Amino acid sequence: MRNDAKLVPHSGAGRAGVSRRRALAVSVALASAILAGFAMPARAEDAKAAAEPNTVDVHIDNFAFTPAELTIAPGTTVKWTNRDDIPHTVTEKLVAFKSKTMDTDETFTHTFDAAGEVTYFCSLHPHMTGKIIVKAP
Amino acid sequence: MTKKNDNGGPIVDRREALECMIWAGTGVLWTMSGGIPVSSLIGEAKAAETKGFSFLQVSDSHVGFDKPANPNALATLSDAVEKIKALAAKPAFMIHTGDITHLSKDKEFDDAAQVLKGAGLQGFYVPGEHDVIDEGTGKSYLGRYGTKDTKGAGWYSFDQNGVHFIGLVNVLNLKAGGLGNLGDEQLKWLEADLTGKAASTPIVVFAHVPLWTVYPEWGWGTDDGAKALTLLKPFGSVTVLNGHIHQIVQKVEGNMTFHTARSTAFPQPEPGKAPSPGPMKVPAEDLRKFLGLTTVSFVQGDKPLAIVDQTIAAM
Repeated sequence: MRNDAKLVPHSGAGRAGVSRRRALAVSVALASAILAGFAMPARAEDAKAAAEPNTVDVHIDNFAFTPAELTIAPGTTVKWTNRDDIPHTVTEKLVAFKSKTMDTDETFTHTFDAAGEVTYFCSLHPHMTGKIIVKAP
Repeated sequence: MTKKNDNGGPIVDRREALECMIWAGTGVLWTMSGGIPVSSLIGEAKAAETKGFSFLQVSDSHVGFDKPANPNALATLSDAVEKIKALAAKPAFMIHTGDITHLSKDKEFDDAAQVLKGAGLQGFYVPGEHDVIDEGTGKSYLGRYGTKDTKGAGWYSFDQNGVHFIGLVNVLNLKAGGLGNLGDEQLKWLEADLTGKAASTPIVVFAHVPLWTVYPEWGWGTDDGAKALTLLKPFGSVTVLNGHIHQIVQKVEGNMTFHTARSTAFPQPEPGKAPSPGPMKVPAEDLRKFLGLTTVSFVQGDKPLAIVDQTIAAM
Protein backbone atom coordinates (compact mmCIF):
# COMPACT_ATOMS: atom_id res chain seq x y z
CA MET A 1 0.00 0.00 0.00
CA ARG A 2 1.20 3.44 -0.78
CA ASN A 3 1.07 5.95 1.96
CA ASP A 4 1.03 9.04 -0.11
CA ALA A 5 -1.40 8.27 -2.86
CA LYS A 6 -1.85 11.86 -3.87
CA LEU A 7 0.79 11.21 -6.53
CA VAL A 8 -1.32 9.00 -8.78
CA PRO A 9 -4.15 6.64 -7.98
CA HIS A 10 -4.04 3.20 -9.55
CA SER A 11 -6.43 2.53 -12.31
CA GLY A 12 -9.14 0.19 -11.11
CA ALA A 13 -9.72 -3.35 -12.30
CA GLY A 14 -12.22 -3.51 -15.12
CA ARG A 15 -11.61 0.02 -16.32
CA ALA A 16 -11.20 0.74 -20.00
CA GLY A 17 -7.70 0.32 -21.41
CA VAL A 18 -7.58 3.96 -22.37
CA SER A 19 -8.10 5.05 -18.80
CA ARG A 20 -5.44 2.64 -17.62
CA ARG A 21 -3.00 3.87 -20.23
CA ARG A 22 -3.74 7.46 -19.38
CA ALA A 23 -3.24 6.83 -15.70
CA LEU A 24 0.02 5.14 -16.49
CA ALA A 25 1.12 8.04 -18.65
CA VAL A 26 0.27 10.53 -15.91
CA SER A 27 2.08 8.33 -13.47
CA VAL A 28 5.22 8.31 -15.59
CA ALA A 29 5.02 12.05 -16.20
CA LEU A 30 4.56 12.77 -12.52
CA ALA A 31 7.34 10.42 -11.52
CA SER A 32 9.68 12.18 -13.93
CA ALA A 33 8.61 15.55 -12.63
CA ILE A 34 9.38 14.44 -9.10
CA LEU A 35 12.68 12.89 -10.13
CA ALA A 36 13.56 16.15 -11.77
CA GLY A 37 12.65 17.94 -8.57
CA PHE A 38 9.50 19.64 -9.82
CA ALA A 39 6.91 18.67 -7.26
CA MET A 40 3.47 19.89 -8.21
CA PRO A 41 1.61 22.13 -5.78
CA ALA A 42 -0.49 20.03 -3.40
CA ARG A 43 -3.70 21.85 -4.31
CA ALA A 44 -3.39 21.04 -8.00
CA GLU A 45 -2.79 17.40 -7.16
CA ASP A 46 -5.82 17.33 -4.91
CA ALA A 47 -7.94 18.74 -7.70
CA LYS A 48 -6.59 16.08 -10.03
CA ALA A 49 -7.33 13.34 -7.51
CA ALA A 50 -10.88 14.54 -7.12
CA ALA A 51 -11.36 14.51 -10.86
CA GLU A 52 -9.99 10.98 -11.19
CA PRO A 53 -12.78 8.48 -11.73
CA ASN A 54 -10.99 6.07 -9.46
CA THR A 55 -11.12 8.22 -6.37
CA VAL A 56 -13.85 7.99 -3.77
CA ASP A 57 -14.51 10.69 -1.19
CA VAL A 58 -14.95 10.29 2.55
CA HIS A 59 -15.87 13.41 4.46
CA ILE A 60 -15.18 14.19 8.08
CA ASP A 61 -18.14 16.07 9.51
CA ASN A 62 -19.15 16.43 13.13
CA PHE A 63 -16.42 14.09 14.40
CA ALA A 64 -17.53 11.28 12.09
CA PHE A 65 -16.28 9.65 8.90
CA THR A 66 -19.01 9.70 6.24
CA PRO A 67 -19.62 7.13 4.94
CA ALA A 68 -18.33 5.23 7.94
CA GLU A 69 -18.16 2.06 5.88
CA LEU A 70 -17.14 2.04 2.25
CA THR A 71 -16.74 -0.80 -0.23
CA ILE A 72 -14.29 -0.23 -3.07
CA ALA A 73 -12.51 -2.20 -5.78
CA PRO A 74 -8.80 -2.91 -5.40
CA GLY A 75 -6.72 -0.05 -6.71
CA THR A 76 -9.23 2.60 -5.69
CA THR A 77 -8.01 5.74 -4.00
CA VAL A 78 -9.92 7.13 -1.05
CA LYS A 79 -9.72 10.84 -0.39
CA TRP A 80 -10.63 12.11 3.05
CA THR A 81 -11.53 15.76 3.56
CA ASN A 82 -11.78 17.27 7.01
CA ARG A 83 -14.75 19.62 7.09
CA ASP A 84 -14.69 20.13 10.88
CA ASP A 85 -13.29 23.13 12.75
CA ILE A 86 -11.09 20.71 14.68
CA PRO A 87 -8.10 18.78 13.31
CA HIS A 88 -8.39 15.06 12.72
CA THR A 89 -6.25 12.22 11.38
CA VAL A 90 -6.87 9.07 9.37
CA THR A 91 -4.91 6.28 11.03
CA GLU A 92 -5.04 2.59 10.22
CA LYS A 93 -5.95 0.54 13.32
CA LEU A 94 -2.39 -0.82 13.68
CA VAL A 95 -0.87 2.34 12.18
CA ALA A 96 -0.02 0.61 8.88
CA PHE A 97 -0.65 4.05 7.41
CA LYS A 98 -1.38 7.40 9.00
CA SER A 99 -2.18 10.84 7.65
CA LYS A 100 -0.59 13.97 8.94
CA THR A 101 -2.91 15.99 11.13
CA MET A 102 -5.52 17.49 8.82
CA ASP A 103 -6.78 20.91 9.77
CA THR A 104 -10.01 22.30 8.35
CA ASP A 105 -10.44 21.53 4.61
CA GLU A 106 -7.18 19.59 4.42
CA THR A 107 -7.19 16.24 2.69
CA PHE A 108 -5.46 12.88 2.75
CA THR A 109 -5.52 10.20 0.09
CA HIS A 110 -4.61 6.56 0.23
CA THR A 111 -4.83 3.86 -2.44
CA PHE A 112 -6.03 0.42 -1.48
CA ASP A 113 -4.46 -2.26 -3.68
CA ALA A 114 -5.06 -5.43 -1.68
CA ALA A 115 -8.45 -6.99 -1.07
CA GLY A 116 -9.55 -7.11 2.55
CA GLU A 117 -11.01 -5.00 5.33
CA VAL A 118 -9.20 -1.99 6.71
CA THR A 119 -10.34 -0.37 9.94
CA TYR A 120 -9.11 3.13 10.63
CA PHE A 121 -9.70 5.82 13.23
CA CYS A 122 -8.77 9.36 14.20
CA SER A 123 -5.74 9.13 16.45
CA LEU A 124 -6.80 12.35 18.20
CA HIS A 125 -10.42 11.32 18.73
CA PRO A 126 -10.28 7.53 18.71
CA HIS A 127 -14.03 7.13 19.10
CA MET A 128 -14.13 8.16 15.43
CA THR A 129 -13.74 4.97 13.39
CA GLY A 130 -14.31 3.93 9.80
CA LYS A 131 -13.96 0.88 7.64
CA ILE A 132 -12.87 0.35 4.04
CA ILE A 133 -13.84 -2.98 2.46
CA VAL A 134 -11.66 -3.71 -0.55
CA LYS A 135 -13.03 -6.40 -2.87
CA ALA A 136 -13.19 -7.04 -6.57
CA PRO A 137 -16.61 -6.17 -7.98
CA MET B 1 -30.10 28.84 51.05
CA THR B 2 -27.57 31.54 50.33
CA LYS B 3 -27.82 34.44 52.72
CA LYS B 4 -27.53 37.83 51.14
CA ASN B 5 -25.96 40.98 52.47
CA ASP B 6 -27.23 44.50 51.78
CA ASN B 7 -25.54 44.58 48.42
CA GLY B 8 -27.09 41.31 47.38
CA GLY B 9 -23.81 39.48 47.84
CA PRO B 10 -23.49 36.34 49.93
CA ILE B 11 -22.73 36.67 53.62
CA VAL B 12 -19.64 34.74 54.54
CA ASP B 13 -18.88 34.30 58.21
CA ARG B 14 -15.41 33.53 59.42
CA ARG B 15 -16.07 29.87 59.93
CA GLU B 16 -17.44 29.36 56.46
CA ALA B 17 -14.60 31.31 55.01
CA LEU B 18 -12.03 29.18 56.78
CA GLU B 19 -13.76 25.97 55.88
CA CYS B 20 -14.35 26.74 52.28
CA MET B 21 -11.67 29.27 51.52
CA ILE B 22 -14.16 31.12 49.44
CA TRP B 23 -12.69 33.23 46.78
CA ALA B 24 -15.60 34.87 45.11
CA GLY B 25 -15.27 35.50 41.43
CA THR B 26 -17.79 36.29 38.78
CA GLY B 27 -18.54 32.67 38.08
CA VAL B 28 -19.86 29.70 39.90
CA LEU B 29 -18.65 28.83 43.35
CA TRP B 30 -18.39 25.18 44.23
CA THR B 31 -18.29 24.51 47.89
CA MET B 32 -17.83 21.10 49.38
CA SER B 33 -20.31 20.72 52.18
CA GLY B 34 -20.63 17.32 53.80
CA GLY B 35 -19.47 15.67 50.59
CA ILE B 36 -22.18 17.32 48.53
CA PRO B 37 -21.17 19.92 46.00
CA VAL B 38 -23.14 23.11 46.42
CA SER B 39 -23.05 25.72 43.74
CA SER B 40 -24.07 29.32 43.96
CA LEU B 41 -23.77 32.30 41.71
CA ILE B 42 -21.39 34.90 42.96
CA GLY B 43 -21.69 38.61 42.49
CA GLU B 44 -18.87 40.85 43.47
CA ALA B 45 -15.30 39.64 43.65
CA LYS B 46 -13.78 39.57 47.09
CA ALA B 47 -11.06 37.69 48.80
CA ALA B 48 -11.77 35.80 51.95
CA GLU B 49 -9.29 35.24 54.74
CA THR B 50 -6.94 32.55 53.64
CA LYS B 51 -4.88 30.03 55.45
CA GLY B 52 -3.37 27.14 53.58
CA PHE B 53 -2.98 27.86 49.90
CA SER B 54 -4.69 27.99 46.59
CA PHE B 55 -3.60 27.23 43.06
CA LEU B 56 -5.03 27.97 39.69
CA GLN B 57 -6.14 25.73 36.85
CA VAL B 58 -6.03 26.97 33.26
CA SER B 59 -7.10 24.70 30.43
CA ASP B 60 -7.66 24.27 26.72
CA SER B 61 -6.15 27.51 25.48
CA HIS B 62 -5.92 26.24 21.87
CA VAL B 63 -3.55 29.01 20.87
CA GLY B 64 -3.64 29.13 17.07
CA PHE B 65 -7.37 28.43 16.81
CA ASP B 66 -8.94 31.06 14.55
CA LYS B 67 -12.30 29.66 13.47
CA PRO B 68 -15.68 31.40 13.97
CA ALA B 69 -16.20 30.08 17.52
CA ASN B 70 -13.23 32.28 18.53
CA PRO B 71 -11.17 34.02 15.85
CA ASN B 72 -8.44 34.90 18.35
CA ALA B 73 -7.73 32.31 21.03
CA LEU B 74 -4.57 34.17 22.04
CA ALA B 75 -6.62 37.27 22.91
CA THR B 76 -8.96 35.33 25.21
CA LEU B 77 -5.94 33.69 26.86
CA SER B 78 -4.56 37.19 27.43
CA ASP B 79 -7.87 38.17 29.03
CA ALA B 80 -7.62 35.12 31.28
CA VAL B 81 -4.11 36.17 32.31
CA GLU B 82 -5.41 39.65 33.15
CA LYS B 83 -7.98 37.99 35.41
CA ILE B 84 -5.20 36.01 37.08
CA LYS B 85 -3.18 39.15 37.69
CA ALA B 86 -6.23 40.79 39.25
CA LEU B 87 -6.86 37.98 41.75
CA ALA B 88 -6.96 39.37 45.26
CA ALA B 89 -5.20 36.33 46.71
CA LYS B 90 -2.23 35.31 44.60
CA PRO B 91 -2.30 31.56 43.86
CA ALA B 92 0.79 29.54 44.77
CA PHE B 93 1.16 28.31 41.18
CA MET B 94 -0.74 27.44 38.06
CA ILE B 95 -1.48 24.14 36.41
CA HIS B 96 -2.45 23.92 32.75
CA THR B 97 -4.45 20.82 31.85
CA GLY B 98 -3.51 20.68 28.20
CA ASP B 99 -4.36 21.82 24.70
CA ILE B 100 -2.08 24.76 25.23
CA THR B 101 -1.89 24.97 21.43
CA HIS B 102 -4.28 24.03 18.67
CA LEU B 103 -1.85 22.38 16.23
CA SER B 104 1.43 21.94 18.19
CA LYS B 105 3.15 24.54 16.02
CA ASP B 106 6.27 26.23 17.35
CA LYS B 107 4.72 29.67 17.00
CA GLU B 108 1.64 28.55 18.93
CA PHE B 109 3.79 27.19 21.76
CA ASP B 110 5.86 30.38 21.73
CA ASP B 111 2.82 32.68 21.77
CA ALA B 112 1.13 30.71 24.54
CA ALA B 113 4.28 30.69 26.68
CA GLN B 114 4.75 34.43 26.18
CA VAL B 115 1.19 35.25 27.30
CA LEU B 116 1.10 32.76 30.18
CA LYS B 117 4.39 34.14 31.47
CA GLY B 118 2.50 37.35 32.12
CA ALA B 119 0.56 35.65 34.92
CA GLY B 120 3.73 35.67 36.99
CA LEU B 121 3.08 32.19 38.33
CA GLN B 122 5.09 29.03 38.18
CA GLY B 123 3.36 26.70 35.73
CA PHE B 124 2.89 22.94 35.74
CA TYR B 125 1.70 21.44 32.47
CA VAL B 126 0.34 18.27 30.98
CA PRO B 127 -0.27 17.89 27.23
CA GLY B 128 -3.61 17.64 25.47
CA GLU B 129 -4.03 15.77 22.20
CA HIS B 130 -3.57 19.06 20.36
CA ASP B 131 -0.10 19.47 21.92
CA VAL B 132 1.30 16.22 20.57
CA ILE B 133 0.47 16.43 16.86
CA ASP B 134 3.90 17.60 15.77
CA GLU B 135 5.85 15.19 13.60
CA GLY B 136 7.63 13.82 16.64
CA THR B 137 4.29 13.03 18.35
CA GLY B 138 4.94 15.12 21.44
CA LYS B 139 8.68 15.76 21.10
CA SER B 140 8.01 19.45 20.66
CA TYR B 141 5.92 19.58 23.85
CA LEU B 142 8.51 17.59 25.83
CA GLY B 143 11.30 19.81 24.53
CA ARG B 144 9.53 22.78 26.07
CA TYR B 145 7.87 21.37 29.16
CA GLY B 146 9.91 18.30 29.98
CA THR B 147 12.21 18.64 33.00
CA LYS B 148 14.54 16.28 34.81
CA ASP B 149 11.49 15.21 36.82
CA THR B 150 9.19 14.34 33.93
CA LYS B 151 8.92 10.71 32.93
CA GLY B 152 7.79 9.04 29.72
CA ALA B 153 5.58 11.32 27.63
CA GLY B 154 5.64 14.00 30.34
CA TRP B 155 4.14 12.68 33.57
CA TYR B 156 5.51 13.68 36.98
CA SER B 157 4.61 14.47 40.56
CA PHE B 158 5.54 17.13 43.09
CA ASP B 159 4.66 18.18 46.61
CA GLN B 160 3.40 21.52 47.79
CA ASN B 161 2.28 22.41 51.33
CA GLY B 162 1.76 18.76 52.19
CA VAL B 163 -0.36 18.09 49.10
CA HIS B 164 0.91 15.56 46.56
CA PHE B 165 0.31 16.66 42.96
CA ILE B 166 0.41 14.20 40.07
CA GLY B 167 0.37 15.25 36.41
CA LEU B 168 -0.63 12.44 34.04
CA VAL B 169 -0.59 12.11 30.24
CA ASN B 170 -3.58 10.35 28.66
CA VAL B 171 -3.49 11.59 25.07
CA LEU B 172 -0.98 9.25 23.42
CA ASN B 173 -1.11 5.77 21.89
CA LEU B 174 -4.88 5.96 21.62
CA LYS B 175 -6.61 2.86 20.27
CA ALA B 176 -9.25 2.68 17.53
CA GLY B 177 -12.68 2.94 19.09
CA GLY B 178 -11.19 3.78 22.48
CA LEU B 179 -10.92 6.72 24.84
CA GLY B 180 -7.99 8.44 26.56
CA ASN B 181 -5.08 6.19 27.47
CA LEU B 182 -2.52 6.17 30.29
CA GLY B 183 -0.72 2.94 29.41
CA ASP B 184 0.96 0.33 31.57
CA GLU B 185 4.27 2.15 31.92
CA GLN B 186 2.59 5.21 33.41
CA LEU B 187 0.31 3.17 35.67
CA LYS B 188 3.34 1.29 36.98
CA TRP B 189 5.05 4.60 37.67
CA LEU B 190 1.92 5.88 39.43
CA GLU B 191 1.79 2.84 41.67
CA ALA B 192 5.44 3.33 42.62
CA ASP B 193 4.90 7.06 43.12
CA LEU B 194 2.09 6.43 45.62
CA THR B 195 3.88 3.66 47.47
CA GLY B 196 4.73 4.67 51.01
CA LYS B 197 2.51 7.76 51.03
CA ALA B 198 0.30 8.11 54.08
CA ALA B 199 -3.41 7.67 53.34
CA SER B 200 -3.96 11.08 54.90
CA THR B 201 -1.88 12.80 52.21
CA PRO B 202 -4.19 14.97 50.11
CA ILE B 203 -3.75 14.09 46.45
CA VAL B 204 -4.45 16.21 43.40
CA VAL B 205 -4.31 14.42 40.06
CA PHE B 206 -4.47 16.40 36.85
CA ALA B 207 -4.61 15.24 33.24
CA HIS B 208 -6.12 16.50 30.02
CA VAL B 209 -8.88 14.02 29.17
CA PRO B 210 -11.23 13.24 32.07
CA LEU B 211 -9.94 10.22 33.99
CA TRP B 212 -13.54 9.29 34.70
CA THR B 213 -16.12 8.51 32.07
CA VAL B 214 -18.11 11.64 31.30
CA TYR B 215 -19.52 10.71 27.88
CA PRO B 216 -17.87 7.85 25.99
CA GLU B 217 -19.92 8.54 22.83
CA TRP B 218 -17.78 11.64 22.40
CA GLY B 219 -14.61 10.07 23.73
CA TRP B 220 -14.85 11.90 27.05
CA GLY B 221 -13.16 9.41 29.32
CA THR B 222 -9.99 7.36 29.77
CA ASP B 223 -9.92 3.63 28.98
CA ASP B 224 -7.60 2.72 31.84
CA GLY B 225 -8.57 5.66 34.06
CA ALA B 226 -10.28 3.26 36.47
CA LYS B 227 -6.94 1.55 37.10
CA ALA B 228 -5.44 4.86 38.20
CA LEU B 229 -8.45 5.63 40.40
CA THR B 230 -8.16 2.21 42.05
CA LEU B 231 -4.57 3.06 43.00
CA LEU B 232 -5.83 6.33 44.51
CA LYS B 233 -8.71 4.81 46.45
CA PRO B 234 -6.83 4.31 49.74
CA PHE B 235 -6.28 8.05 50.06
CA GLY B 236 -8.58 10.18 52.18
CA SER B 237 -8.76 13.18 49.88
CA VAL B 238 -8.33 12.92 46.13
CA THR B 239 -9.12 15.73 43.72
CA VAL B 240 -9.10 14.93 40.00
CA LEU B 241 -8.83 17.93 37.69
CA ASN B 242 -9.26 17.61 33.95
CA GLY B 243 -9.91 19.69 30.85
CA HIS B 244 -10.68 18.58 27.30
CA ILE B 245 -14.46 19.07 27.39
CA HIS B 246 -14.45 22.89 27.66
CA GLN B 247 -17.14 23.05 30.33
CA ILE B 248 -17.60 22.42 34.02
CA VAL B 249 -18.69 18.98 35.08
CA GLN B 250 -18.31 17.86 38.66
CA LYS B 251 -18.85 14.63 40.49
CA VAL B 252 -18.12 13.44 44.01
CA GLU B 253 -17.59 9.76 44.69
CA GLY B 254 -16.45 8.69 48.13
CA ASN B 255 -13.27 10.58 48.90
CA MET B 256 -12.79 11.64 45.31
CA THR B 257 -13.84 14.91 43.76
CA PHE B 258 -13.83 15.11 39.97
CA HIS B 259 -13.87 18.43 38.22
CA THR B 260 -13.39 19.63 34.66
CA ALA B 261 -12.45 23.21 33.81
CA ARG B 262 -13.66 25.64 31.20
CA SER B 263 -11.50 26.47 28.21
CA THR B 264 -9.90 29.83 27.64
CA ALA B 265 -10.64 29.50 23.89
CA PHE B 266 -14.12 28.23 23.06
CA PRO B 267 -16.97 26.33 24.70
CA GLN B 268 -18.13 22.86 23.72
CA PRO B 269 -21.71 21.62 23.92
CA GLU B 270 -23.13 19.65 26.80
CA PRO B 271 -22.83 15.89 26.29
CA GLY B 272 -25.25 14.70 23.63
CA LYS B 273 -26.83 18.12 23.17
CA ALA B 274 -25.31 18.67 19.72
CA PRO B 275 -24.40 16.48 16.73
CA SER B 276 -20.73 16.54 17.78
CA PRO B 277 -18.38 17.83 20.47
CA GLY B 278 -17.05 20.48 18.07
CA PRO B 279 -16.67 24.14 19.08
CA MET B 280 -19.92 25.72 20.21
CA LYS B 281 -20.59 29.00 18.47
CA VAL B 282 -22.03 31.68 20.70
CA PRO B 283 -22.57 35.39 19.98
CA ALA B 284 -19.21 37.17 20.04
CA GLU B 285 -20.29 39.45 22.88
CA ASP B 286 -21.13 36.40 25.01
CA LEU B 287 -18.03 34.32 24.27
CA ARG B 288 -16.12 35.33 27.39
CA LYS B 289 -19.00 34.24 29.59
CA PHE B 290 -18.30 30.69 28.43
CA LEU B 291 -14.54 30.83 29.04
CA GLY B 292 -12.85 30.68 32.39
CA LEU B 293 -10.41 29.73 35.08
CA THR B 294 -10.56 27.53 38.13
CA THR B 295 -9.14 28.26 41.54
CA VAL B 296 -8.70 25.44 44.03
CA SER B 297 -8.10 26.20 47.71
CA PHE B 298 -7.03 23.91 50.49
CA VAL B 299 -7.41 24.22 54.21
CA GLN B 300 -4.76 22.24 55.92
CA GLY B 301 -5.94 19.64 58.38
CA ASP B 302 -9.49 20.03 57.19
CA LYS B 303 -11.41 17.97 54.71
CA PRO B 304 -13.39 20.49 52.69
CA LEU B 305 -11.80 22.20 49.77
CA ALA B 306 -13.21 24.81 47.49
CA ILE B 307 -13.11 24.75 43.74
CA VAL B 308 -14.09 28.07 42.27
CA ASP B 309 -14.76 28.62 38.62
CA GLN B 310 -14.61 32.09 37.21
CA THR B 311 -15.44 33.28 33.71
CA ILE B 312 -13.17 35.73 31.96
CA ALA B 313 -16.07 38.05 31.07
CA ALA B 314 -15.67 41.64 32.15
CA MET B 315 -17.33 42.33 35.50
